[in-house]
Amino acid sequence: MREVLIPLTTDAAEGLTIESRGQLRLAVERFTHHRLAVAGLVVFVAMLLVSLIVPVFWHYNYTAITNQFATAPSGQHPFGTDLIGHDLFAQVLAAEATSVKTALLVAVIATILGTTVGSVAGYYGGIADALLMRFTDLILAVPLLALLLVLSSKLSKQAGSWFWIALILGLVLWTNLARQVRGAFLSLREREFVEAEHAIGASDRRIIARHMIPNAIGPIIVSATLTVALAILIEAVLSFLGLGIQPPQVSLGSLIAAGQDAAATLPWLFFFPAGFLVTTILAINFIGDGLRDALDPGARR
Amino acid sequence: MWAYLLRRTAAGILVLLVLSFAMFILVALSGDPLAQLRASPGTSPATIAAAAAQLHLNQPLVERYWGWLTGLVLHGSLGSSYTGQPVGSQIAQRLTVTLKLVVPAVLLSLLIGVVVGVVSAVRQYKPVDHISTGLAYLFFSTPVFVLGLLLKDFLAVDVNKAAGHTLLYTVGESTPGINGSWNVFVNEVQHAVLPVLTLTLITYATWSRFQRAAMLDVLNADYIRLARAKGLSPRRVLFVHALRNALIPVTTIVAIDFAALLGGALVTEIVFSWYGMGQYLYNGLTGAESPDVYAVQGWLMVAGTAVIVFNILADLLYGLLDPRVRYA
Repeated sequence: MREVLIPLTTDAAEGLTIESRGQLRLAVERFTHHRLAVAGLVVFVAMLLVSLIVPVFWHYNYTAITNQFATAPSGQHPFGTDLIGHDLFAQVLAAEATSVKTALLVAVIATILGTTVGSVAGYYGGIADALLMRFTDLILAVPLLALLLVLSSKLSKQAGSWFWIALILGLVLWTNLARQVRGAFLSLREREFVEAEHAIGASDRRIIARHMIPNAIGPIIVSATLTVALAILIEAVLSFLGLGIQPPQVSLGSLIAAGQDAAATLPWLFFFPAGFLVTTILAINFIGDGLRDALDPGARR
Repeated sequence: MWAYLLRRTAAGILVLLVLSFAMFILVALSGDPLAQLRASPGTSPATIAAAAAQLHLNQPLVERYWGWLTGLVLHGSLGSSYTGQPVGSQIAQRLTVTLKLVVPAVLLSLLIGVVVGVVSAVRQYKPVDHISTGLAYLFFSTPVFVLGLLLKDFLAVDVNKAAGHTLLYTVGESTPGINGSWNVFVNEVQHAVLPVLTLTLITYATWSRFQRAAMLDVLNADYIRLARAKGLSPRRVLFVHALRNALIPVTTIVAIDFAALLGGALVTEIVFSWYGMGQYLYNGLTGAESPDVYAVQGWLMVAGTAVIVFNILADLLYGLLDPRVRYA
C-alpha cells in the first residue's frame, strides 16, 4: 500500500508535520472517493429505513384488502392497488424489508460457512483440504438453480418463511468464498508472523481467529456484500417461480409474479416492485465495488 | 497432456457418480409422486399399491438407484419418467429447444462482450467507458425475469402496435401449422428474438467486464510498450499483440457459462414459454407427478456432463492459447 508510506501534509507555520492515518481511516477515505459506492450506500440505507419505518404509521397494512381494485397510483395509494385491492405501496415496502432481511441472513450464513471451510482447508492443508475442496467442487458442479429447486420445491410449500429460504440459500452460496479464503490462507500461513505465533506456542484456533482471518478480512467483507446482492436476486427468482416466500408474506419477486399477467394494462404492478428490486441490487453492487477499492486495493478489476 | 486429460476425465466421472447418487436420494426423499392420487377421493389402496409398484416406489432407495445406474451403464438408457415416456428422447427434444435459445445468445453475447470490453479498455475513463460500465452494472443487477417481462409486456406490445401486425412473438418457440421451410424459419426467428435478447443482455454484461479487465492488464504489459516502441501501427498492436492475449481469460469464462446454460435458461424459458431443459427440470421437480426422480436424473446427467466436459475443455484451451501453462 503505497499511500501508507507518504502520509505527508505540509503546514506553513510549523514546516512539515506528519499525519498518521490508520488502516480503517484509509479504507474509509478510499471508499468515500468512490462516488457511486457512496451513492449506493445512501440509496440502500434510505430504502431500508423507509421500508422499516414508514409501514409503522402508513394507513394500510400490506395484508389489508381495500375496496379499490386495480386503481392507478394516486394520493391515497401512491403505488396504486392490485387486482385484489391490496395497497401496493404497503406491499412493496413489506417486500423490500423481507428481501433485504432474507439476503442479510444469507450473507451471514454463507460468510460463516465459507470462512470456516476455507480456513480449515487452507490452514491445515493435506487431507482436510482435499476433502473439503472436493466437497466444494461437488456443490459447484451442480448448476445452482437445480440445487435450489430441489431444496426449495418441497420445503417451501411446508415452510415458505423467509428464514427457511435464507437457510437454503446460505447453505448453497458459500462455495466461492471458501475457495477465496483458502487461497488467501495458503499464502498467509507461510508468512513470518504466523511462524512467530507458532514459535510462542499459540494454538491453531488463536492463529486462525486472531491473525489469519483479520489479514483476509478485505475479500471476506467484499464477498459478503456481493452475496447480499446475489441473494436478493436469487430469492426474487425463487419467489417469482413460486418456490420462495409464500403468501401472505410478500417479497419483491412474488409481487412481480403476481402482477405479471396484468402488467401490460396495469403497469404499476410491474414497475414499482421491479424498480425497487433493481435499485436495491444495483446499490448493493456499487457498495461492494467501493468496498473492494477500499479494503482490497490489489484486486481491482 | 494425455495423462492429464485421463485424470480429469476419471475425476469428472467420479464427481458425476457421487452427484447422481446424492441427487437421487435428495429428490426421492423430497416428496411423494403419488400425493395427487392418494388425495383424490375413491382411490382404493390396491390402485395406489399398483401405481407404487409400477414406479418402483415400493423398493428400497439404494436398490432403485442401482437399477437406474445399471440401466445407464449397461444399456445406455436413462429409463422412463413417471409419465411413462423414455427420458432419453424427451431430453433430446428439450435440448434442441434449449440450443435454439442458448447458441444464438452465447454467440451474440460473445461478440458484444468482446467489442464492448475492448472499446471500454482502450478508452478507459472516457464517456464510452462510463456508459458501458453503467449498462453492464444495470444488466447484471437486473433479474432475468424482470428484463424478460419488460421486453415481453412492454417492448413487444409497442413494436407490434407500431408494425400493425405481430412482428415479435412472446409465447413459445414457433407457431404450429406453418408451411414452407423459409416461412418456418422466419417464424422461429420472430419467436426467438426476445428470449435471445433477454439472455444476451444478461450474459454479455459480465463477459464485457472480464474482457475489459483482461484487455487493461494486457495494455499495461511491457510487451505492448515494446510493440509500440518498435513503431508498429496502433491497429497492429491492438489486434495482433493485445487482443490475442486478452481473449485467453475470457475463453474460459465463456466455456463455463455456456455449459451452465446447456442445463437450461429456466427463467427465460418460463417467461417466454419455451419448453427447454430448464422447464424439463422444473416440471420434474414441481409438476403433476413430482418429484420425478428419473427425469431429474436424466437432466442431471446431461447438464452435469456438460459442465464437467466444458470445464476440462476450458482448461485445455487455456493451455493451448497460453504456452506458459503446464498441465500439472
